[in-house]
Amino acid sequence: MLKIEGLTAEIDGKEILKGIDLEVPTGQVHAIMGPNGSGKSTLSYVLSGRDGYEVTGGSATLNGLDILAMEPEERAAAGLFLAFQYPVELPGVGNATFLRTALNAVRKGRGENELDAMQFLKLARERMKALSMSDEMLKRGVNVGFSGGEKKRNEILQMALLQPSMAILDETDSGLDIDALKIVADGVNAMRGPGFSALVITHYQRLLDYIVPDRVHVLIGGRIVKSGGPELAQELEAQGYGAVQAAA
Amino acid sequence: MPAVTETIETVQAATESGYKWGFETDIEMEFAPKGLNEDIVRFISAKKNEPAWLLEWRLRAFALWKTMAEPRWAAVKYPPIDYQDSYYYAAPKEKVGPKSLDEVDPELLKTYAKLGIPLREQEILAGVEGAGSTPAAGRMPIAVDAVFDSVSVATSYKERLAKDGVIFCSISEAVQEHPELIKKYLGSVVPQGDNFFAALNSAVFTDGSFVYIPKGVRCPMELSTYFRINAKSTGQFERTLIIADEGSQVSYLEGCTAPMRDENQLHAAVVELVAMDDASIKYSTVQNWYPGDAEGKGGIYNFVTKRGACRGARSKISWTQVETGSAITWKYPSCILQGEESVGEFYSVAITNNYQQADTGTKMFHIGPRTKSTIVSKGISAGHGQNTYRGLVRIGAKAAGARNFTQCDSLLIGDLCGAHTVPYIENRCATAKVEHEATTSRIAEDQLFYCRQRGLTQEEAVGLIVNGFCREVLKELPMEFAVEAQKLLQISLEGSVG
Repeated sequence: MLKIEGLTAEIDGKEILKGIDLEVPTGQVHAIMGPNGSGKSTLSYVLSGRDGYEVTGGSATLNGLDILAMEPEERAAAGLFLAFQYPVELPGVGNATFLRTALNAVRKGRGENELDAMQFLKLARERMKALSMSDEMLKRGVNVGFSGGEKKRNEILQMALLQPSMAILDETDSGLDIDALKIVADGVNAMRGPGFSALVITHYQRLLDYIVPDRVHVLIGGRIVKSGGPELAQELEAQGYGAVQAAA
Repeated sequence: MPAVTETIETVQAATESGYKWGFETDIEMEFAPKGLNEDIVRFISAKKNEPAWLLEWRLRAFALWKTMAEPRWAAVKYPPIDYQDSYYYAAPKEKVGPKSLDEVDPELLKTYAKLGIPLREQEILAGVEGAGSTPAAGRMPIAVDAVFDSVSVATSYKERLAKDGVIFCSISEAVQEHPELIKKYLGSVVPQGDNFFAALNSAVFTDGSFVYIPKGVRCPMELSTYFRINAKSTGQFERTLIIADEGSQVSYLEGCTAPMRDENQLHAAVVELVAMDDASIKYSTVQNWYPGDAEGKGGIYNFVTKRGACRGARSKISWTQVETGSAITWKYPSCILQGEESVGEFYSVAITNNYQQADTGTKMFHIGPRTKSTIVSKGISAGHGQNTYRGLVRIGAKAAGARNFTQCDSLLIGDLCGAHTVPYIENRCATAKVEHEATTSRIAEDQLFYCRQRGLTQEEAVGLIVNGFCREVLKELPMEFAVEAQKLLQISLEGSVG
């Protein structure tokens, strides 16, 4: 379970997160919605440990571990996964090499044995089949020349391989057509179960038609101003953030 | 008269005529005193029982060297070298190596451990005295080691080569056993007076490899110095000569991924390749000499002259190098494309970290019609490292339809290092086509974070990104070498980020 208490953070001395309180119990999927500049991406980077995001107060624990004290790779090994809004290109690095290196790094961090090339390929092919992805994607450079949809699917594939206990999906729906959106949603839904929780960050309610969240939180101005059930997403879609902000 | 008898007589004649050595020694002595003069050159030649013509050849080189000045055009800085303060033949034993691993730079030992090198091999690589009395084993790269791990195997490979008529031996042995080939080809690609360091090498070279592939023979295995039984240590002035006769093929591997400790600071090797009609030579190097410590103290000066002549039509010479070691690298493996439709290739990765400096590149001389060359250079600078690509593409008036493609990419890590690209293009032929592409980039923060979020450490992330950057070059290496080289790239850059 992810537990965030009174979390404040700044970038270049500018406070972006102004006290976040949030609990995502194990097995649940929560959504965070909010307008541009509300601090959604900052929250995902602070939790995953990106340089330049300074935590000024509060705490965040994953399954009882103080993740804010860890290096980014330690957080990954502890079970935290971030699906990037803009997946990064790594020219010349084969996707298969990258996926296997990542998987083995995380397995090593968790005290599990590393997979050899054959074992990895077998596993990767299984997962790709489940995500309706073609093998061909393994042979290409990491995200190089991928369409927007391919990049996002590649993120979901990584999530399926790394089997995190907590996934943060940062606007995974942006730039996706409806078919790609379904594939991504299916990938997330397939992971749902007692050992998996997720925080789905999105602008729009559309993705939440496919990944139905247990709870929805509205993030505005660096604070969570409202929380509710899945119906809150529809409410937002109909009335806009302005109404929520005014009420809060 | 058999070659051996001839040389013995020559040496006898030489010694009887009573050369003044200029120092108290005799042919039984294991080493010559410090310094360089004509007598030292004579001493080396006599020690190696060389024929008179070769002594004359060396003396001519020495005479030329004395008139030459060290090249200063390369973008490297180092204090003046005192050539009289070095041993040119087998330095006294007790000064050579540390007595045990306890005396070896702990950073070097850490690197060995990371490469997974067994203790005994570590001793050999670090030059610990008494280590390596079993020949060959110590210089084997790990991947090869696993396959060919005994001297007897190496011997049986030698027999296999002999069956095909392939000659593969030390250059000293070749001087004795195949003097006609040495006389014909030695200095035919890199003449004695070619440059300051080549002249020095020509005067005092003591060791090196010789390869001859007969007509129509495809060498049945990759050749590497490890198979040469007597190649216990690499010479300071190594001399290599490879001849591929008509229609033959050979792939030659030089070097070792494990960093090699050597007390000789100056290394000035010469490599000459000759390819006849339809012959092809692939020459791969992994250079990992001691680069000096993190403050830039110590380290090897690697001033190498490598050149191949594509003499025959449709011949091909391909250089692949991964340069991670040495304090200073000064090296331009080149191709003289004489034969029509001959092909020259140069694939290079050069890394400079800490205070390392590299000025490396290639020269492609297009002489024959429809000759083709490809240059792919990947320079990586980290720490205070300075990395220069220096290349020349010269297309002569008769090289109708010649083509060159050059790609130079530089990767910067940190903000204290430098990358420089100095391409020269000289074209005297209207129908030739020359292309040059160059890029400079940095490892981006978002790339590192992406990798780390997926569980890779900072260093693993840098290694992965750098290997991706070098992929086009690494894929040219023979497989087992490529795997080792990838590991090496990562280790060479440790501590360069964050």
